Amino acid sequence: MPSLYLAANRFGLGRRFDDPATDDPQAWLLRQLDDYDPVPVPIAALPGRAAIAAAYVEYQDDRRAMRRNALDDVAQKDGTGTAMAPELQRLSRSAIRTHYVDAAAARLASAVATPMPFPERLVHFWSNHFAVSADKLPVIGFAGNYEFEAIRPHIMGKFSDLLIAAVRHPAMLLYLDQAQSFGPDSPVSDRIRARGRRQAPGLNENLAREIMELHTLGVRTGYTQADVTAFAKVLTGLTVAGLGRGAGQRLMPAGAADGDTVFIAPLHEPGAQSIMGKRYAQGGADQAEAVLLDLARHPATARHIATKLARHFSGDTPAPALVARLEADFLRTGGDLTSLYRTLVAAPEAWAADPAMFKSPWDWTVSVMRSLKLPALGDRQNVPSLFTQLGQPIWRPGSPAGYDDLVATWAGSAALMQRVELASRIAGRIGDRVDARQLAPLILADALTTQTAQALARADSPGQALALLYASPAFLRR
Amino acid sequence: MTLSRRHMLISGLTVVAAGAVPRFAYAAAATPRRLVFVIQRGAADGLAIVAPTGDPAYAAARGALAEEAGGASLNGLFTLHPALAAGAGLYRAKQAHFAHSVATAYRDRSHFDGQNVLEGGGSRPYEKSDGWVGRLLTLLPAAEREALAIAPAVPLALRGSAPVATYAPSRLPQADADLIARLSALYADDALLHPLWDSAVKTQELAGDIGGNNGRNGADLGKLAASLMLPADGARVMMIETGGWDTHSGQRGRLTAQLRGLDQLVGALQVGLDAAWNDTLVVVATEFGRTVAVNGTGGTDHGTGSAAMFFGGALAGGGPVAGGMVSADWPGLSAANRLDGRDLKPTRSLESVIGAAIAHHYALDPARVMRTLYPDA
Repeated sequence: MPSLYLAANRFGLGRRFDDPATDDPQAWLLRQLDDYDPVPVPIAALPGRAAIAAAYVEYQDDRRAMRRNALDDVAQKDGTGTAMAPELQRLSRSAIRTHYVDAAAARLASAVATPMPFPERLVHFWSNHFAVSADKLPVIGFAGNYEFEAIRPHIMGKFSDLLIAAVRHPAMLLYLDQAQSFGPDSPVSDRIRARGRRQAPGLNENLAREIMELHTLGVRTGYTQADVTAFAKVLTGLTVAGLGRGAGQRLMPAGAADGDTVFIAPLHEPGAQSIMGKRYAQGGADQAEAVLLDLARHPATARHIATKLARHFSGDTPAPALVARLEADFLRTGGDLTSLYRTLVAAPEAWAADPAMFKSPWDWTVSVMRSLKLPALGDRQNVPSLFTQLGQPIWRPGSPAGYDDLVATWAGSAALMQRVELASRIAGRIGDRVDARQLAPLILADALTTQTAQALARADSPGQALALLYASPAFLRR
Repeated sequence: MTLSRRHMLISGLTVVAAGAVPRFAYAAAATPRRLVFVIQRGAADGLAIVAPTGDPAYAAARGALAEEAGGASLNGLFTLHPALAAGAGLYRAKQAHFAHSVATAYRDRSHFDGQNVLEGGGSRPYEKSDGWVGRLLTLLPAAEREALAIAPAVPLALRGSAPVATYAPSRLPQADADLIARLSALYADDALLHPLWDSAVKTQELAGDIGGNNGRNGADLGKLAASLMLPADGARVMMIETGGWDTHSGQRGRLTAQLRGLDQLVGALQVGLDAAWNDTLVVVATEFGRTVAVNGTGGTDHGTGSAAMFFGGALAGGGPVAGGMVSADWPGLSAANRLDGRDLKPTRSLESVIGAAIAHHYALDPARVMRTLYPDA
C-alpha cells in the first residue's frame, strides 16, 4: 500500500494530528485535484491589484516630491544630498511592505489550514518555477498578488494558460524589466530620436530570455541569441499602466487603471519576427501570444517541465522513465497540468521511500504548524523574517530561476542547527501541553521508526520530546 | 584598624632574615590570590604560538606557516605569534612566561583522552574522577577557595570535594547540550544527517568561541571573568573553556583568530582585575601539541609536545616560572630529534611546570602540591 507518510509529506504539506488515516492515499490525492480551492479564505480577504498599485504609485510620488524638495533646498540653502529623508522613505515604503507581509501571512495561513495540501504544494511549485523576487522594489507589493492571481487560478489548466498569466502579471513585467522595453523602431522610439534631445530607450531582452531559458524550453535547448532578440521585440508594447517609468506612461489607454497590464501599440516593434525557424507575422499583442503558445507546446518545454516535476516528487535525479512518461503525457495532452499530476500520483517512482527529499524551510515550518494546527508562530508581522532567518525568504529567491530543488539546497549544517533551535523554541513554548509520544504516530504514520519512538520515550521532558520529533529524520524529509 | 598578617609580620619581625621566615608566613597576601585556568581544547599548536624561529630545522619543516612568525622576539630561539600583542607586552613587563616542549603523561593522540589526562592530572585517561584544580582547592584557605567555571557544567579539572559554581552566559545557543547529544544519537545511522549534524555542532562550538568576532568574543569572555573574580565575594579560582584549536586545515587564519581572541581574553583579565592582577596567575594549557611538519591542507595534525603559557603580575617577582622568560630543554626540530619522527619531543612534564607555578603562587610546599595535584607524577 502506498505510504500515508509519503502522501502527506512528499505530495502534501504534512499531516495534522486529527487527519484521518486513509487506506487509499492515492485516491485521497486525486480527490484533492477536483476539490482544489484557488481562493481560500485568508487569500480572499486581501486587497486586490489596484490597492497595491496605489501604494506603489504613492511611493513613487513621494520619492519624486522628496527629490524635488531636496533640489529646492539645494537652490535655497546650498545644502547637500538629494536622498529622501529616511523617515519619509520608511513611511511611504510601509504601505508596500504591508501588502507583502499580509500576503505572506495569508499564504502561510492557507498552507497550514488547507485540508487539500497537494494542490497547495503545486501552487508553491509553480510560483517558484515562474519566480519573481521581492528584492526589486516594484515587486515587493505585487509578489503575493502574483501568486494569488496569476498562478493559483491556472495550476489545474493548460501550461500555456499558466505561462501567459505569469508573463502578463505586473510583478513579472516589472521584475524582468519588460515594462521598460521599447521596440527600437517603434513609433515612440522614432519620435524620441527625431526630437534628438536624448537617447531613445531601447529593447530589454530580460523577460524574453528568461521565458525561453527558465519558464519554457530550458537552458541550451537550441534557441539562439537572435531568437531571444526577436522574441524581445515581439514582447514590446506589453507594460504596466501607471507604474513603469518614462515616455510610455503618456500613451496609456484611457480606461487603464494603475497596475493594469496593457498593450501599447506605439511601443511595439513593427514587422514580422522569426523565432526558432518560424515566422510570426506583424501584429499587436496577438504576436506575443502566438509565440508563447508555441513555446508552451514545444518538445523542449515538455521535457523541461517533466524533469522539474519529476525531481520535485521523486528526488534529485529522477528516473528517465518517469521523465519520459510525463513528457509524453505533456505532448499528448498539449500541456494539461492535471493530467501530469495524475501521472505523478500513479508513478511508482514517486512512492519509493528512497531517495527521500529534504524539506525546504517553508515545507518544514508549514508541517510543524500543521502537526498541531498552530494558527501562527508569533506575530504576523514576523512571518517574513522567520523564513528569511531559515534561509528561504518568501517570494525572494534572489533570481528568476527560483530556489533550487535539490537535497543539497536545503540540507546544510547551519540550516539544520537553525531548525533544531527553532524546534526547541517552539517546543519550549508548548511545553507539556502536547505529548509527542502520542503525536508522533499520528504525524509520521508509517515512517515512525523505533529509534525515533525510543528517543521520544526517553526524552527528559515533554518539550524535549516535541523538539526531537520535529528534528527527527523522517520529519525533516519528505 | 585591622592590619594584614603580612603587614604585622613585616613590621614585627624586621630583625629576622627574610630567608628564615617560613613560607607559610606569607599565606595571606594583600589581596586574595587568584587563579585562572584557560584550557585550550583541541590541541593548540605550540610551535606556531611560541615559534622556535632560531632552530635551524624550523623554516624548512614549517614551510608556509613559518612565514607567519613575525611577532615579538622572545630570545635568540623563540618568537611569539604576532596575534599575541598583549602577551608580548606582558612578556616585556616580565608578567608572562612560556614553557616549551612540555606534555602531560599522555602519549597517544586522542583529544578526549588527552583532555581527560590534562584535567584529571592522572597518568592514564579516565584514571581520575576528579581534577587537579579541584584537588588544589583542598589546599587553599577558605578565602581563596571560591571556584567557578564559565561553562554549562563543571569541567573535570574543577571536580573534587569542594563545591564549584558554573556560569553560562545567556548567549549560549537555544539548543541545549543534552538535546544536541540526543540528536547526535538519533542521527548516528543517517548517512545524510550524521555528517551534517557533526559539522553543525562543531561550527556552533566555534561560533561561541574566543576566535569569533575579530577577537572581541575573547575580550568579552575576559571581561566577564574579571567581573566575576573582582568582587570581595567573587570567585578566586576560575576555569575558562576555549575550543577551536584543532587546526588540521587552513591553520594560518584560524590560529590567528584563535590567538587574537586569547590575547584579548588575557588583556581583558589584566585590565578588569586591576590591582588584583598582581596576585593573579593565569595558566593556559592544551592536551597535546601538533605535528612539526605542515600537512597537505595548510594545517597540522595531532602531535605531542606543545607550549604552556603563564600570565600574571606576580610573575615579575621571579620564582620557578618567572616572567620574561621562555623555559625549555629544547630537543630540536630535526627529524632525528622528533618523537616518532613527527612530533615535538616533550622534554619536561607539563604537570611539573604547572605544579611549580602553583606552589610558588600560593606559597605552598611544592612536594605537597605535586602529591595532591599530580599524585602519579
